[in-house]
Order: sequence, then structure tokens, then C-alpha cells
Amino acid sequence: MAPTRPQTPRPLRVNSRGAGLRPGRSGAGNPTLPASAMAAGPAPLGGHPRAQKPHLSKMERVVVSMQDPDQGVKMQSQRLLITVIPHAVTGNDVVEWLIQKYCIAEDEALHLGTLLVQHGYLYPLRDPRRLLLRPDETPYRFQTPYFWMSTLWPAAELDYAIYLAKKNIRKQGALVDHEKAHYDQLHRKINHTWDLVVMQAREQLRAAKQRRKGDRLVIACQEQTYWLVNRPPPGVPSVLEQGPERGSCTARQVQMTVDFYKREIECCRKALGRTRVKSSVCLEAYLKFSSQRGPHDPLLSGCLPSNPWVTDDDTYWAMNAPSVAVPTKLRVEQWAFSFRELLEDPVGRAHFMDFLQTEFSAENLSFWEACEELRHGGQAQVPALVDAVYQQFLAPGAARWVNIDSRTMERTLEGLGRPHRHVLDDAQLHIYMLMKKDSYPRFLKSDLYKDLLAEAVVPLETKRRVFPFMWKPRHSSPSLALLPTSTSGEPEAAAGSPGGGDGET
Amino acid sequence: MAADGLHENETLASLKSEAESLKGKLEEERAKLHDVELHQVAERVEALGQFVMKTRRTLKGHGNKVLCMDWCKDKRRIVSSSQDGKVIVWDSFTTNKEHAVTMPCTWVMACAYAPSGCAIACGGLDNKCSVYPLTFDKNENMAAKKKSVAMHTNYLSACSFTNSDMQILTASGDGTCALWDVESGQLLQSFHGHGADVLCLDLAPSETGNTFVSGGCDKKAMVWDMRSGQCVQAFETHESDINSVRYYPSGDAFASGSDDATCRLYDLRADREVAIYSKESIIFGASSVDFSLSGRLLFAGYNDYTINVWDVLKGSRVSILFGHENRVSTLRVSPDGTAFCSGSWDHTLRVWA
Repeated sequence: MAPTRPQTPRPLRVNSRGAGLRPGRSGAGNPTLPASAMAAGPAPLGGHPRAQKPHLSKMERVVVSMQDPDQGVKMQSQRLLITVIPHAVTGNDVVEWLIQKYCIAEDEALHLGTLLVQHGYLYPLRDPRRLLLRPDETPYRFQTPYFWMSTLWPAAELDYAIYLAKKNIRKQGALVDHEKAHYDQLHRKINHTWDLVVMQAREQLRAAKQRRKGDRLVIACQEQTYWLVNRPPPGVPSVLEQGPERGSCTARQVQMTVDFYKREIECCRKALGRTRVKSSVCLEAYLKFSSQRGPHDPLLSGCLPSNPWVTDDDTYWAMNAPSVAVPTKLRVEQWAFSFRELLEDPVGRAHFMDFLQTEFSAENLSFWEACEELRHGGQAQVPALVDAVYQQFLAPGAARWVNIDSRTMERTLEGLGRPHRHVLDDAQLHIYMLMKKDSYPRFLKSDLYKDLLAEAVVPLETKRRVFPFMWKPRHSSPSLALLPTSTSGEPEAAAGSPGGGDGET
Repeated sequence: MAADGLHENETLASLKSEAESLKGKLEEERAKLHDVELHQVAERVEALGQFVMKTRRTLKGHGNKVLCMDWCKDKRRIVSSSQDGKVIVWDSFTTNKEHAVTMPCTWVMACAYAPSGCAIACGGLDNKCSVYPLTFDKNENMAAKKKSVAMHTNYLSACSFTNSDMQILTASGDGTCALWDVESGQLLQSFHGHGADVLCLDLAPSETGNTFVSGGCDKKAMVWDMRSGQCVQAFETHESDINSVRYYPSGDAFASGSDDATCRLYDLRADREVAIYSKESIIFGASSVDFSLSGRLLFAGYNDYTINVWDVLKGSRVSILFGHENRVSTLRVSPDGTAFCSGSWDHTLRVWA
């Protein structure tokens, strides 16, 4: 909980809440705030510059348009026992209005409406202790802007104390558990001004008695809703929580310094000079990419034999294991999509290596792999790796000499004097492009690849279990952390034990 | 000296206006080659059928808000982290918990699985990123082998291993991203340019594997060269914090999710925003986004507890998924695209397929 800031007592706010009975209809759809509410002021900006989140102003716009005299939700008077409350709406009408206005289905409309109530923009006239939206004849009213989250946040402890004190007096000490706990806590905390609290409470109660019953009821509902949002009962998640503060560093650390702007200018200048591709070309590429990959996308097209998550059958994973003996047809087809995808698949890469061996250029792929290891490996290994690569692939007369153009070779050899992670980048790129433009297309046309395609497996579809009550045990698979690796000295432990699973669908 | 101060102020003001005018020119240049909209091009694409996606697993075990999760390469294990400092590794297929460790800080907003499957990284309000090797030795306390790798001056918002277990990329509330050597904790490269907290990052699936994108509270998405530390491209069209960025599978574009309740697609070759995924009824911010394997679907988790599924090409919303009881904070598609997992402030994770 935020530490209490010393507060000057707020002016008596009795009059301001009379505005609650009039929904915000005055001109331009902008609810007017009474003067005393203005005096209370908007959320203090000094300490919370990011208090106003975009979703609040959007919700407020929705609520304002809901109160539009012509296009808004149907308003009616609501009878509660012998009192008549004007300008009420039913939960059903709220949901219907949302469905019409946003062209959404009932479940989404109900969800959105519920959020509006949970954030205190609508309150139930009956049972105001729970902020729910019931899609029936349950009556609701729009919260007065005075109590909106954006105007009166954060809630002041003093105000909460006064509110609880009023309740305490009215109920002669019979407060609900959590409210009683808060009451006692506040009493201890601001003990020195407790007289003021009680005095304010009594004054507000006295002023309330002089009102009409309807007004009194409405104001009580408004206030109760406000506190339900700002001090939710236990078990109800707070809609106010935002997570750790953001942007607190802006002023301090990322200074809008000369350097910052110079960098921005530099970035812009470079951007202005870059070559751009026409949108039509780029967007066509998405169409091609998506249509090519569609059949390979399990969530879009399903997968064979079945999606393990849906049928609890993990055969799909067994058939597509990283180093499976016979890959599936879809998998072998994917190697033809791009060179990158061929290399990313261990099985694909292994077959490509075999192919390169028939062309006596396998050293290219080995060189590329060694460069990858350098780029992504540990800092400490850099000098040794660079040396090993040089000896094996670049030195004159090296056992597996790679054919790089002379300019790149010269530059690379120069750089070897001061080895770093990126010293082989140019050479690696050269060899990569060579393989991509030369060996890769030949691989795809080769008998080796054609045979792989022909031998590839097309799994049969497994339909969902017909008898759902036949529980099939889900086998745990050994964790990757257990597989013996060449570098780690990890003990060969037993397969992971089930640790209190929360079994499920 | 007063004179210098004045001079500096003038310089600052003139630099600022120069930056602004250059940005304006850049937008003009970008607009010149924009000859068609994505949804127009996508008119001839077949519409998607009805979508039925359900929760297939619910992972219960965190005692507090789930903030982040990541998949293991084995396509079934995941690591998740929460507000109370707990980091849990699950086999989400069986829903068994396999490892658990409690961090010495709260709000663990970032976690990542190592490519080998043998370690995890995490961090949050401790301003650090730590790596924990995964061990099955019952006598060994996971926390004992913890290695502190990254040190920032504000909270850690995101982390990711690069192609191996040896390097980690981090994003922080201190406005910077950084690349670290895991073994030594050495800073290999730092990335400056964001004007406020950096909230997310994603590595590019490119052939040369040298760039990544980050998004921040300054509403900017920036693409970086990992080798030089320079910003290669920047996009500033969102109206609020960018909570999540994710590359399109081809690597030619990336999507972003923001507090302005929209998701957007930015093409790197066209150098501009090419699509906005929004709906008037969607009011709350998008906290995390990810693509299906073909890039046709974009899954986005929102702060209004829902997940919206978008048709990336046509720009329309395909489906809305209910189930979580508080905001969705993290969402990732599994490595083989058979499912996606969402984590929420309702303390649970759900796997959907």
C-alpha cells in the first residue's frame, strides 16, 4: 500500500454529489463537473505522470456515448420499493446496446459491459456490494464523473476513513470484516486527526438526511461503488493495479541530451538514404509465404496423425523428432522453401552435408558451422576457436581449405591478428551465399533429395478417441537437461519424477 | 558557466527540431512507395474458416500473477515466472512441475529457456538477469548454481538467449538493451536509442542472424544491428507503450502490441507500418503477441483478460478467446506451432490448441 501523503482535509463535498442524479447530458456529451469537484482536482500529476492509461479515457468515451439522449442506452425510471430512481438502465439493454454499437457477439458484449462495471463506470442499484453486470432486468446507473477513476485517483486515505466512519456510525459498529480491519488500521494510523474524521462523517450524514430518499440512495450507491473499486474486498482482484511503475527513469537516466538527439538524427539520415521496396512487392510476399506455409501450420491446417494437445497422443512429436530416421513428407518439402530452413533442421542439414560430400565441397558447410560456433559461443573460447578455424580452413595448404574470394580472404586474414566474435563474419557470409546460390539449388534437383521425398512418411490421421473416458496415460518425456552432452559432467539421473501434477483439461 | 548552459540549451533545442524535421522527411519518403494496402492485396486470399480453439491444459501452481513464459525447444516444456519471485519449469503436456526456484526479488518480468534445454534465465525488479542450470540432482538446490549475468540500472523487462546457451540479450527499464556473455558476465554490446523504458525484444530469424527488434515506453520500435550496436530502423506510429514485439516467420516484418489497444505490422523492406489490427470494442492494451507458424494468424493477449486471434493478411479479427480471469500478461506459440501458451495475472497458464 502506498505510504500516506500528508493531506489537507478536503472541503465538505456534500453538494458535489448531487450531480449524481443527472446523467452527463449537458451539451457535447461532456459531463460537467460541479465546482467543488473541480476544486478537489484531477489525479495529482506531480507524482504520477503516467496515471492516465489510454483504456480509461476510452471507457469514459463509451460510457458518455451510452448516455447520449438519442443514440444511447434506453433510460427508464426504476422503482425500488417506494422510491423511484430516474435514469436507470437494465443490464440487458446495456448488453444489447454494446452488441449493436460494436457489432460484436453477446459474450463479448457481456464481457465489455462487465469491465465497465468493474471499473466503476456503472453501478447496480440493487445489491451494490458486487460489481457484476447481469444481462437481465437488473437496474444500473451511470457513475457520476466526479467518481471516475481518472478524476479522483488515487483515493485518499482520509476520505476512506470518513466513508468507513459514516458506515460505522450508521451500522452502529457492524462493519464487514475487511472494512472493520481497515477501519481499525486507519484509526491507529491517523489517530491524531480522528476527531476531524468523525466530525466530517457526522456532518455528511446530517446533510444526507436532509435530502430526498432517492437522492440519498443514489449517492450512497455511487460512493459505495467508488470504494469497491478503490478498496476491493478480499478475493476480488483490484482493477487499479498496473504493475511496476514505468517511465520513472525517463527524467533521470535517459536524458534528452545532445547525444540522444545526435543519435536520432544519425539514425534518420541513414534511414533516408536506405533503399525501400514498394509496398505491393512486400505485401505480395506475405501472401506467397502464408499460402506456402499454410499446410505446415498445425493451428491453421491441423497436423498428422493428430495434434498432441488435442488428442493427448504424442505420436506427432515422435515422428518429427529432431533426429528421426525417416522424416515426414511435409518436413522434407520444407527444405525446399529456403536454405535457412534446410540448415535449421538437423536431418536436413545432415543430408545436405552428404550431398556436398558427393560434390567434394563439404568443407563449406563445416566452415559455416564453425563460424556459427564462434559467433554464438562463449567469449573465452574465441581465440582458440579462431585459431582452429584458421588452421583447418583458411591457412595456405589447410586440410579443408575453403574457396573465398581473394579480397575477403585478405581482409579476414588481417583481422585474425585481433580475434573477436565477428572476425569471420565476412568469410562466413561469402561461403553461405556460395552454398545458397550454387549447391542448394543443385541439392533440390538431385536424386538424393528426390529419393528422400519419395521415401518420406505421410502419417495417417488419428481421429479423436471415440470413448473419451478411456484415460490414456500421458507419458513424460526425458528432459533435454538429462541428455548426455559432450561438455557437461552432469550425472545420469533418472527420468524426471512427476512432481505433484495438476492434471487437466 | 551560464554562457555555456545557454549555448547547450540552444544546441539541444536546435538538435531536437532538426530530429523532428528529419523524421517528417522520413515519413514522406516512406509514403512515396506505399502503393497499396495489405487488406486490398489480401482480397483474393480465401477467408479463414470457423476457429475452434480451446484451453487444452491449465497450469496451476503459481501463487501470484504470472508475468512471463517461454517454451523449450522440445515443444512441451515451459518456464514461467511470477510476481512473487517464483520461477517454475513445467512439462506442460503432463502438467507436472519439474523445477522451481524462488528469486530474491519480486516481479520477475522476464524469463527464457536456453536453446539446449539445460538452463533458464530470469530477472525483474532486481535489475539483473540470472542463469540457472537445470539439474535433476535431488540433493542440489537450484539456487546454488545461480549465475548473475546481466546488470542494468533499472528493472529487467525481457531476456532471450541468442542461438546458443552462451549469450543473452536483455531489455531494461533503464532504456537500454544489452548483449552479454553468459560465462563471464561480460557486456558484449549495448544498445542505446530508446527515450524511455524498453519493454520487449525479439531476435530476427534471419539468415545472417544479426538483428533484433525492441519496443518501449517511448512508443518506438527499433531494429538493431547486434554487431555494431547501431539502430538500423525505427518506427514510431503507436500511440502508447509498446508491450510486445515479435517477428513474422519470414523475418521480413514484425508485429507489435501496445497499450493503445492496437497491434501493428511493420515491414522491414518497405520500411513502414503496413497494417493495424484494432477494433472499437477492444479498449484495453495488448500485452503480448505471437504469430502462428505460417504467419497467417496473430495471437494477441490483452489486459481485458481476453485473447484475440487476427487474420494477419485480411486485418480482421477471427476469434476471441475467453478463459483467463485477469489480464493476459504473456503469450507464446510453441516451437512447432501446435499450440500457444498464455500466462495471466489470474495465477495460471493455459495451453490452447
